[in-house]
Amino acid sequence: MKFSHLITAGLAIAALTGCGEGGGPSVKVGLNTELTGEMPAVGASSKNAAELFASQINAAGGIDVGGKKLPLKLAVGDNGAKADQAAAIAQRLIAQENVVAMIGPDASACAIPASEIAESLKCPMISPWSTNPKTTLDAITGKPKAYVFRACFTDNFQAGVLAKFVLNNLKAKTAAVLYDVASEAPNGQATLFRQTFEANGGQIVGFETYTTGDRDFSAQLTKIKATNPEVIFLPAYYNDVPLIAQQARRLGITAQFVGSDAWSSPEIIKLGGADIDGSFFCNHYSTQIATPVAQKFMTDYQAKYGQPPDDVAALTYDAFGLLVEAIKQAGKLDREAIRDALSKIAKYDGVTGTMKFQPPSGDPLKSAVVLQIKDGKFVWVANAQP
Amino acid sequence: MILAAAAASSAFSGWAFYLAQQSINALQLGSIYALIALGYSMVYGVLTMINFAHGDLFMLGAFACLLIAAFLPLPFVVILLLVILLIGLLGALIERVAYRPLRGGPRVSAIITALGCGLVIENLTLVNFPYAQRMPALFTSTSYQVAGLTISTLQLLIIGISVALMLGLDFFIYKTRYGIAMRAIAFDARTVPLMGVPADRIISLTFLIGAGLGGAAGMLYGLAYPVIAPSMGVLVGWKAFIAAVIGGIGSVRGAVLGGFILGGVEIMVVAFLPSTYRDLISYSLLLVILIFKPYGLLGRAPNQKV
Repeated sequence: MKFSHLITAGLAIAALTGCGEGGGPSVKVGLNTELTGEMPAVGASSKNAAELFASQINAAGGIDVGGKKLPLKLAVGDNGAKADQAAAIAQRLIAQENVVAMIGPDASACAIPASEIAESLKCPMISPWSTNPKTTLDAITGKPKAYVFRACFTDNFQAGVLAKFVLNNLKAKTAAVLYDVASEAPNGQATLFRQTFEANGGQIVGFETYTTGDRDFSAQLTKIKATNPEVIFLPAYYNDVPLIAQQARRLGITAQFVGSDAWSSPEIIKLGGADIDGSFFCNHYSTQIATPVAQKFMTDYQAKYGQPPDDVAALTYDAFGLLVEAIKQAGKLDREAIRDALSKIAKYDGVTGTMKFQPPSGDPLKSAVVLQIKDGKFVWVANAQP
Repeated sequence: MILAAAAASSAFSGWAFYLAQQSINALQLGSIYALIALGYSMVYGVLTMINFAHGDLFMLGAFACLLIAAFLPLPFVVILLLVILLIGLLGALIERVAYRPLRGGPRVSAIITALGCGLVIENLTLVNFPYAQRMPALFTSTSYQVAGLTISTLQLLIIGISVALMLGLDFFIYKTRYGIAMRAIAFDARTVPLMGVPADRIISLTFLIGAGLGGAAGMLYGLAYPVIAPSMGVLVGWKAFIAAVIGGIGSVRGAVLGGFILGGVEIMVVAFLPSTYRDLISYSLLLVILIFKPYGLLGRAPNQKV
């Protein structure tokens, strides 16, 4: 008796979610992002950009799938910026909600476990913002994963850009690094920066770590101060950088701060104030050298949300753009066909520049920019080509 | 010869300055751990209960300061007193509505209730402040160079206020009637009320003072590390709890000692060893202390009931 009730209820739920509310076929895409937890600003930007993209493409009639226009429908899951939750959300979106592809997660610590799920369930995934090489590479063989892509450059590329910028543009020969050893992206960026910087003739005089949630960096900074570096590289998220910068300045450290794309949220300016003014960091795009495509996105985003888009928003928008391009070329809502089309995109003009995929890699070839924080604004300084 | 001696002495003084600088860092961190640890230890002393909501009351201290400073341009000391009073009253209120009805019930229920209260506080704050906030600087802190050492007004203030509060508490507990009553209940919670000590009132007072000190610690912590978030109490709360256990939970002087030891060990491990080993080495060391002193450094073994 009770069991049959359960089955009926189960069927009813399946009918509701499976066939899609409001009837009619649609293209259902999952968004797995960091809405709560350590970096809510990242999740908010990603969700905003996804909703902007969906409303625009649906207003234009929908996505062209083999000659038929179908509306884009979002299935949003909050991974709480936690690795296990990101994997669980990926499982739910792909296996239960039956999305045709998944966008996200954004942070590498979440994107890596989620990518394992996407790969094993053979569902295309595009991470907008995860720069860690491990996201698109198999953990055991080191070969590219078949179904995992990203819309951003990798840490290998970013570390090279920053190391060369410090050596050639800032003319600095010594650098210290302070990073969160428990967080995937900063950890990778620190190690890769050290390798490239030393390989190009620089000297790493301090290499110090802390753990997620730490707020006191005085011991590490006092140690770094004794080695007197010209530059301190801080591959840290936007909520750690202001504290590190403030404590460093209070200790009398005058070294130049340099950061990675983890800095890019405007929150950093609000929290960091004068302590981070004049610092440089590597980023995915700059509003100051925007192409017409980027201009339009920035205007639309500003109009809808009353704030300029950060790079997470721009990359999420591009991830959706890449996916829709692949669906058009595949001509059908088949995960494998979409994957094949995605891996062969030869040129895509996105908000964050021109992207190109070369099979079998899931990493696009694209350029990076170096920005400076100046009087409370991100100011474009240099471009770096792959 | 003279040159070599000068070089040696400057190398020595460089090393001494480095140690002194790191000691200042350790004092700052330790004094905050100690202030929070007091709250855990006092509550455990009178009720043998661990108040796991304490870390979140600490966090609320920082947010209370943020809100007061945003709306009322009051002097620093007045804000500090207001924060102590507000968070103290909230601590006493939580005891009255959430813990007292469970007193005498299973120990686990009280612990789960405390964890629940902490989560409620944290998530209520999260709903109102989804993003990390910049703590306002209540005064301009200047960095002084004294004999090659860098020390700021803020550091002096944090260490000074913490020590003053701890000395005040020590006086209260050992020299006043209420303090003596508190220690009496901690000694024997069953017999002492029979002798006319108003147990409920003393317990409320314990929560008021413990939570108030936690709130003060939150405010000082927010000023020292001026990016505050609703989750900030979790990690610091755990560490302060560990400090209380190391010092001997239930002992007020032990909590202070434990706080300074934990702060000192954390800073000094980073100062002289690779920073990646910090948590591994500091907590192994603390485990070793507990192996030799299972009740903590200043803790007493509980009275055995026959």
